[in-house]
Formats: sequence, structure tokens, C-alpha cells
Amino acid sequence: MNNKIKKLIPQILTILFVVLIFGFFTMNAQVNMDNRGIDFGFGFLKQEASFDMQFTLLDYDGQDSYAWAYVVALLNTLLVSFLGIIFCTILGVIIGVARLSQNFLIRNSAAWYVEFFRNIPLLLQIFFWYYAALRALPLPETAEPWFGVTYMTIKGYYIPSMIWENLNVFLSCLIAAIVSIIFIRIYARKLQEREGKQLPVFYISIGLLIILPLLSFLIGGVKLDFELPVLKQLAKTSFIFEGGIALPPELIALVVALSLYTSTFVAECVRAGIQGISKGQKEAAASVGLNPNQILKLVIMPQALRIIIPPTTNQYLNLTKNSSLAAAIAYPDLVLVFAGTALMQTGKAIEIVGITMLTYLTISLSIAALMNWYNKRIEIKEK
Amino acid sequence: MFKHLKQLTSLVAMIAVVFVFTTEAMAKKSKTLKNTQKKGFVRCGVSQGLPGFSNADASGNWTGIDVDVCRAVAAAVLGDANKVKFTPLSAKERFTALTSGEIDILSRNTTWTLSRDADIGLTFVGVNFYDGQGFMVRKSSGITSTGQFKDGISACTNIGTTTELNMRDFFNSKGIKYEPVAFEKADEVVAAYDAGRCDTYTTDKSGLAAQRTKMKNPDEHIVLPETISKEPLGPVVRQGDAVWEDIVRWSLNTMIEAEEYGITSANADSMKTSDNPAIKRLVGAEGEMGAAFGLDNEWNLRIIKQVGNYGESYKRNIADTGILPDRGPNQLWTKGGILYVPPAR
Repeated sequence: MNNKIKKLIPQILTILFVVLIFGFFTMNAQVNMDNRGIDFGFGFLKQEASFDMQFTLLDYDGQDSYAWAYVVALLNTLLVSFLGIIFCTILGVIIGVARLSQNFLIRNSAAWYVEFFRNIPLLLQIFFWYYAALRALPLPETAEPWFGVTYMTIKGYYIPSMIWENLNVFLSCLIAAIVSIIFIRIYARKLQEREGKQLPVFYISIGLLIILPLLSFLIGGVKLDFELPVLKQLAKTSFIFEGGIALPPELIALVVALSLYTSTFVAECVRAGIQGISKGQKEAAASVGLNPNQILKLVIMPQALRIIIPPTTNQYLNLTKNSSLAAAIAYPDLVLVFAGTALMQTGKAIEIVGITMLTYLTISLSIAALMNWYNKRIEIKEK
Repeated sequence: MFKHLKQLTSLVAMIAVVFVFTTEAMAKKSKTLKNTQKKGFVRCGVSQGLPGFSNADASGNWTGIDVDVCRAVAAAVLGDANKVKFTPLSAKERFTALTSGEIDILSRNTTWTLSRDADIGLTFVGVNFYDGQGFMVRKSSGITSTGQFKDGISACTNIGTTTELNMRDFFNSKGIKYEPVAFEKADEVVAAYDAGRCDTYTTDKSGLAAQRTKMKNPDEHIVLPETISKEPLGPVVRQGDAVWEDIVRWSLNTMIEAEEYGITSANADSMKTSDNPAIKRLVGAEGEMGAAFGLDNEWNLRIIKQVGNYGESYKRNIADTGILPDRGPNQLWTKGGILYVPPAR
């Protein structure tokens, strides 16, 4: 009994200390804000934002509230993070595998790539892409089309937009295809377990993915048209493209810089994962008669992923947090719009910075939770 | 024995602290003023480089009419106009720097608005430049008026400014769809516009005139004649120190009134024997004009001698540098402008 109390006392004291420190900070902030005539509150979120944003995914207008501006800016941050994570993963896997290539040229170019992009500060890379690379692009009126219908200009990348008719039919076909693929996979596994037969699941999946949506075009009444960007004259020497989708150069520079930078770290994770599997595994798999494809899919990758996933999660989190560097190049992300413009217009520094910090924390924790779940799924199941 | 000694000393220390605090409260002196005098320099927030207003040269010397306000305060409270520590701030950082106590005066082409004055814990002390927002375009575009703006125009500007809000009001009222591209630093805005990222660059007209001098080829750009907003720019202080607020306000007012009475840095000393009591008050030769601030009587004389009157400051920083040779509304009320300050008496 006495021992228990002895053990408890330091714990209680620590908690008390932490509470007191926070209490002191809160009180200090309150006293100072009172002295300066600043009041604390979240009422400003309902006020009209009255500023515009350059690029939004949802409809936003200056008449909307600060709360809505926050949501729209948050989506911009999520968009950059999402695109960045996808591209850095694709690039990272390719580079990581290339580093282990038998080919001297491929192996060494990959090594150079990694050393080059991971050793230059990210902010400099963002500046390079935005201020040097993208500023050197032509003005809209002198831009040559890429692939015939897209235009890369100093004002952005203009691509055709899709105009759907009966989009819901197309989407339901797509969902139907995905659901049936899942069922076929389950069936194939059972078939193999019961009778030892193997279905060509991969080809069936691809086939379904192509055929079902195609059918929706042929008999479902789905139509797809493209709206092409068209050059429009604003004044004697100033032009823009109208129609289609305009991707602002700020977004492009940010995604390119974040993907290139983070892909080097992902590549190293991938390389470590593959090299972490001993040669014996491969040889053992070959000796039981698996072909090279099966060896990679059934023996190497499941083990390599266990090594790759945890450090790669870190890189995804880094990328998401690094996306806040958007503020340096005018991409309207959470930091620029909410912790920048909104903070300046309302003066609610503590509230806004608090919300922004909580938001990044939530995003990071969600990504971490998702990756941990995936990691749990693939880790060794000890019986 | 020693244990008791320790307790005794801490008790004495506590009493001393309480005593110091109470006497300080009784003296009613400005805390900011006291701190400034203790440090020996005025902490002044300026822009990151706006020619004519606040701009540092290669050797780090700051000049400009916004800089002169801080120099005037330094001359008044410390006796030396050079005892200023300048902190360059972006539009986004400026108010936080002031409210958090990093600087004591914000003299950074800042527009006086109701919400800023009332909400954020700031107090505007006056206007040292009457401005309005305008647009700059490339001459080659053939645009000569904002009436020629069309849907899809892209406009570069700064974030965290009234410019961003005025721009929206303007384009909305005209029913024009536009693409706002907002950067944090003025230099980034200029570079983006200069490279062709935007069709127009919008900010205060004085800012347009000043930034034009930084462009690759200034002659290729024109400022459109329309003014879309009122932008009274002036120095700002933290709310809650009324004496410091008064010191900054009257340092600025002294410069403007000195011009009104023809007192310059060259003739200030000789004005002490003037027949006009208003002039004598401005050079510390009559009345007790510094006592209310806790300053000596020649605080205003030092401002005029070391920094000069408003007209000298304007000429040195804005007219002679070719930014805006015409004073426009920033002329004395007696000469057709709107500079009018309360009398120092």
C-alpha cells in the first residue's frame, strides 16, 4: 500500500506540473490580451471573409464566411498533399527499384537523382520551380500546344475539361466493376485453397474495368465531350485561355517540388525494404517452383512492405506538413489563406494559429492512423 | 542561522518588488517610453523595402517618410534621430509584431481602417500619407483605363492588405471575373507581374510609383488614372499606452505644423526668438509642451533640427527620388492639400 502511494506521488506531481504550466500560459495570454484590448472568441468564423481566392475546388466567393474560407483553403492543402503523396510514391518506387538495377547507367542515375534532390532545401526547390522553371514558360499567345489540346503557359497549364452526360450511369458501372473484382478475388482464393486451381485474376480484373464502363457508353447512354481551352484576348498584348481547366503554376510548382523531394526519401525506403529481404528467401521460393513474378508478389513484396511502410508513413507526414511552404509562392493553402489573410483581416492570432495547428495535427494523425492500419494488416501474423 | 538569512533576504526582495510596482503605477509614466529610454533605441517596424517610404540602402541605412516618423520619435525621446532599430516586416507580420511587443511603432504604409483600429488592439495615431489604390499595366497592352478590363484578367497583389479587399469590391462592382494572385512579399508581387504572370498589379498608388522604379524596364509600365479606394497611411502603436500614443502622434504633428509655420531643420534654432508664439511653442521656447509626455521642452525642436519638417522629408524621400514629384493631397491645407493637424498648444 505504502509502496503504491510512493509510486503514485511522482506521477501526480508531474501531471500537476503540466496542468500548472498550461494554466500559467493561458492566464498569461489572457492577461496580456486584456491589456491590449484584444478579445478571445471564435465569432469571427461567421463573419463575411470579403477576400477572394485564386484557386478553389468548391465554390467560394468573398461573401462566404471565414469558416467556409477555412474549408476551401483546407481542401487546397489536402489536394496538394494528395497529389504529392501519389506522385512521390510512384516516383519513389521506380527510383528505389532502379537503384538496385543490374544496369550500371540506370543504377547510377537513380543514385544521382536521390543525392541531388534530397540534399537541396525544399524551399529552394519550390522557388526554383516557381521562379525559374515556370517563369521561363511562354505567354499564352505564344504557347505551342502539348498533345494538341493542352497549353503550358506562364499563367498556368490549361487542359480540356470533361463534360459528361449521364455521369451517374458511368459511375455505377465503374463501381459494379470494382465490386465484382473484389468478389472474383475472394472466389479465386477459395478455389485455390479448395482445388489448387488458379484463375487469371489480373486479366479478368482489367477486362472488367474496361468492358463494364465501355458498355455504359454503348448502351447506357453515357456521353463524354471535351471542352477545349481557347485563346482569348484581354487587351492588345494580354491573352488567356478560356474554357477547360486551368491549373495555376503555383499548384504545379508546389506539387512538382514536393514530389521530387519526397520521392528521394521514399526511394530509399523502398531500396531498404527490398535489400532487407535475404537472398535465401528468393532462392527458397525458386526451389519450391514459383516463377519470378510469383516470387516478387508472394514472397519478396509482402516482407519488404513491412520494412517499407513505417518509414514511408513518416515521409507522407513530412510532405503534408511541408505543403505549408505553399505560402511562399502564393498557392492559396491553409497557411496562406487562413493563417495569412484571414489572420490579418481579423487580428485573431491565437484563435487562428490554434485552429491551423490543430488542423495539421488532425491531418497528420489521420494519415498515420491509415498507414498504421495498413501496416497492421500486412505484418506477420504470429499464431 | 543561514536558513533564516535566506528567508529574510527573500522577504526583503519581495517587499522591494511590490514597492517598485506601486511607485511605478503612481508615477503614471508611459511603460513603453521607459523601456525605450532604458534600451536607448526606438523599436520601429517598417516595410521590407518600399522606396520613398521605408527602404534600406546597400549599407543598411533606412530612409523614407515612414522611417522619418520613427526618427522623429527617437529625436524626441532619446535626443538622437539615429537611435532607431528598424525591423522589416511583411504585411502579414506587421500587426502581430506590434501587438506582441516586438516593436513599439509600426510605421509601414499601413491603411487606417475601422476594423484595424477597433478590433486588433492597435491605435492609429495620424496620417502621414494620403493615398488611394490604383492599377498598373504594361503600356504595350494598350489599356489606358480600368474600364477596359475584361473577364479572366489576373491581378497580382499582397496578402493581408486592404488592397486584397478593395480589389474584390472593385471587380465585383464592375461584374468582372478575375484571378487574384496574392503573395506575401512586395518583391514577389513585382517579380510575378514583371514576368507576365499577371496582367495587372494593384496596390496603393504611391506603392505602384515606388515599385515601378524596381522593375526591369520602368518605362514599359503605366499607372492607370482611376483611384478605387481611400488609403490614409499612418503610424500605428499598441493599444493601452496613451502617453506613448500621444508622443508618436505629436511627433508626426510637429513635423507637419513646422512646415506650416516655415520652420526647417536649417532655421529652427533662430526661430526661438520669433515673435509668433505658435512658432515659439514648436521650438520649445514657450510653454511646457513636453511635460505632459514626461519629456523636456525641446523635444519638438530636436525633431525639426534632426529630421526636418514634413515638407523636407517629402522632398528628400519622395519628390527628389522621382517617385511622386507632385504632392497632390499631401500638401498643406493652406496650399490646397488636406494636411491639417491640430495646433500644438
